[in-house]
Amino acid sequence: MRTAWLIPVFPFLGFFFNLLLGKRLGKNAVTAAGVGSIALSFVLACVLFVAMLHAPGHRLELAYGEWMSAGAFSVPLGFVIDPLSGIMMLVITGIGFLIHLYSVGYMGEDSGYARFFAYMNLFVFFMLTLVMGSSLPLLFVGWEGVGLCSYLLIGYDYAQADDVPAAAGLKAFIYNRVGDLGVLMGMFALFAAFGTLTIGDILLKAGHLGPQLGFGLLTFATLMFFIGCTGKSAQLPLYMWLPDAMAGPTPVSALIHAATMVTSGIYLVVRMAPLFQMTPLTMTIIAWVGGLTALFAATIAIVQKDIKRVLAYSTVSQLGYMFLGLGVAGFAAGFFHVFTHAWFKALLFLGAGSVIHALHHEQNLMKMGGLWKKMPITGWTMLIATACIIGFPGTSGFASKDEILYLAYLKSPVLYWMGVAGACCTAFYMLRLFTLAFLGEARDARAFEHAHESPATMTLPLIVLAIGALGAVAFGWPTAFGGSFRIEAFLEPSVSYGVTATEAIIHHGGSPALLAGISTVLALGFAWWGWSTYKGGLEVAETRAGRWPFLHRLLENKYFVDEGLAFILVAPLRWFGNVLWKLCDVIFIDGIGVNLPGALTRVAGDFTALFQTGRVRNYVLTMGLGGLLLLYVFLK
Amino acid sequence: MSPLLSGALQGYIAVALLLFIIGLATVLLRRTLLMQFMGVELMLNAANVALLAFARWRGGDVEATIFYLMIIAVAACEAAVGLALVIGLHRMRGTTDADRTATLKQ
Repeated sequence: MRTAWLIPVFPFLGFFFNLLLGKRLGKNAVTAAGVGSIALSFVLACVLFVAMLHAPGHRLELAYGEWMSAGAFSVPLGFVIDPLSGIMMLVITGIGFLIHLYSVGYMGEDSGYARFFAYMNLFVFFMLTLVMGSSLPLLFVGWEGVGLCSYLLIGYDYAQADDVPAAAGLKAFIYNRVGDLGVLMGMFALFAAFGTLTIGDILLKAGHLGPQLGFGLLTFATLMFFIGCTGKSAQLPLYMWLPDAMAGPTPVSALIHAATMVTSGIYLVVRMAPLFQMTPLTMTIIAWVGGLTALFAATIAIVQKDIKRVLAYSTVSQLGYMFLGLGVAGFAAGFFHVFTHAWFKALLFLGAGSVIHALHHEQNLMKMGGLWKKMPITGWTMLIATACIIGFPGTSGFASKDEILYLAYLKSPVLYWMGVAGACCTAFYMLRLFTLAFLGEARDARAFEHAHESPATMTLPLIVLAIGALGAVAFGWPTAFGGSFRIEAFLEPSVSYGVTATEAIIHHGGSPALLAGISTVLALGFAWWGWSTYKGGLEVAETRAGRWPFLHRLLENKYFVDEGLAFILVAPLRWFGNVLWKLCDVIFIDGIGVNLPGALTRVAGDFTALFQTGRVRNYVLTMGLGGLLLLYVFLK
Repeated sequence: MSPLLSGALQGYIAVALLLFIIGLATVLLRRTLLMQFMGVELMLNAANVALLAFARWRGGDVEATIFYLMIIAVAACEAAVGLALVIGLHRMRGTTDADRTATLKQ
């Protein structure tokens, strides 16, 4: 049981090995270290998960001593494994392993093979630190670390001529930094309120707080945490980095920007759930931001042409659903959506990667089509993932999303309808993606000719993920449809506050089945619309888009958010930077500070150099005249 | 009889002054290093003459005589070094013209 520390250490060793020796030892060694270390972690995580289930209170606390201390302040170096971090651990190492395996095929011909696996392993290490850490500082180490790895992996093709990956990596890093500042502020506020940063102690002390006592500080702390979450989990207004992050290799998009890193914001909120529960203002803000993001991002995804960008906006939108769930105190429901989403979104990305791989890095949906015949495994698994994400009855997406929507309805019908509208958009753009890629006629004959099903290291993860995406539903079939929503009871030791849908039905009633029915029927209607619009090629879609040219342009340009920000924030900052550069740097520091004394010295030197003629006779003459002058002075 | 020719102090000083001026003029006006060098020696000896004249005027200091011998010895050494420099310069540049060796100036 004490061996839990090995779980994050294995990937870290893999990172070290691949970075230092990977290039020298060749591809097989890199594969063994990169994929093997994650596999070992996964096995160990399974063992500890079972141990946790048998532990009293479903909670394992492992302390390895003190990390740092200053006066009364002390941070332990320790891990906590409970149902929450346990599930995250399994998702990270399990899905992480599949994606590593997939990368063996996908990145096979890349020259930076060792570097890629080193970064991927490092990412898994940091993510595990994030979810397992028993204190906020340890969590923060992981939090910063995944941001770093995100930067490294998005900018993986940094040498690409147009600088897109490098710029995207930088963008992600900066957006994350803005959020990280929020987390830091939140930590400071919590330390001021409780005098400790150990998560367990904070939650314990928070439970003893009287009503109204120090809640202003708590509201501040939770709001700051939520700002951090908007950065890491790509919510309004800090979501823009995620679509750009698609410049990274596809396995990176699947691992970081769908299955794990972006869910760390949700993890943080669920982990600190009792605190958030005490601050209704923050909860309301979270719910509305989540709902808005879910709808907003889904509308943008409708018109994107790049297959990965569609999925990126879809991720932003799905993360919005998760936050919507958290905001209405449905912590279990929100977290269940993390769990199901991890399966089908990783599957969608890997499927998209398989298509891109087959078409020699063609990402434009408009040039695909008809791939169903060429790539049956990819096609079937993508179809399963699509069914899950649009909430086809009986799939995992249906179970998790409709729980959230039901709880949202209890808070405010507006939130529910926003969620339903987002679900309709989701259904439309997913069917659009699927139809454009796999059905109809091939629109680019040359690329189509070369297309082929991907190698086994790539299709195997697809199949496993597809089974997982379908099977995930077993953990939380909603009560309203005769299930037991087991995940609620399972998470109970971790999330002892908040509303569960099961309780809500008892106390508030409502008709979850009817609400779920409405959203599902509407979503399926939109799914059919999406299919019928694109089944015959692009002509129908173009005439329909032509009917609303303004709306189409607005969506295609992502509501001009990037341009607006460039105008409001970036341009003034750049102008200010130019002023500092041209005025302060060039004129004051360079000019008056450095070059002026230099020029003065030079002029003085030039002047005195006039006397240095190099002729001995001149020197002697001046010396003689000087002697005479001295003589005159002394004898006067 | 003029004091200059009577063997009094003034006569010796006048000779020393004359020697010094001739030496200085040589250094200033001639461009050949060898000649300038000779001018320097003349000025040195003018100083020696003045030294001995003052010593005699004070009643014959023995120290001045000893000092004079020392100066002569040092001057001989200096002349050896100076001549060696001039020869070295001539070998390197093929000239002993002082004005044409002004390469150290800016």
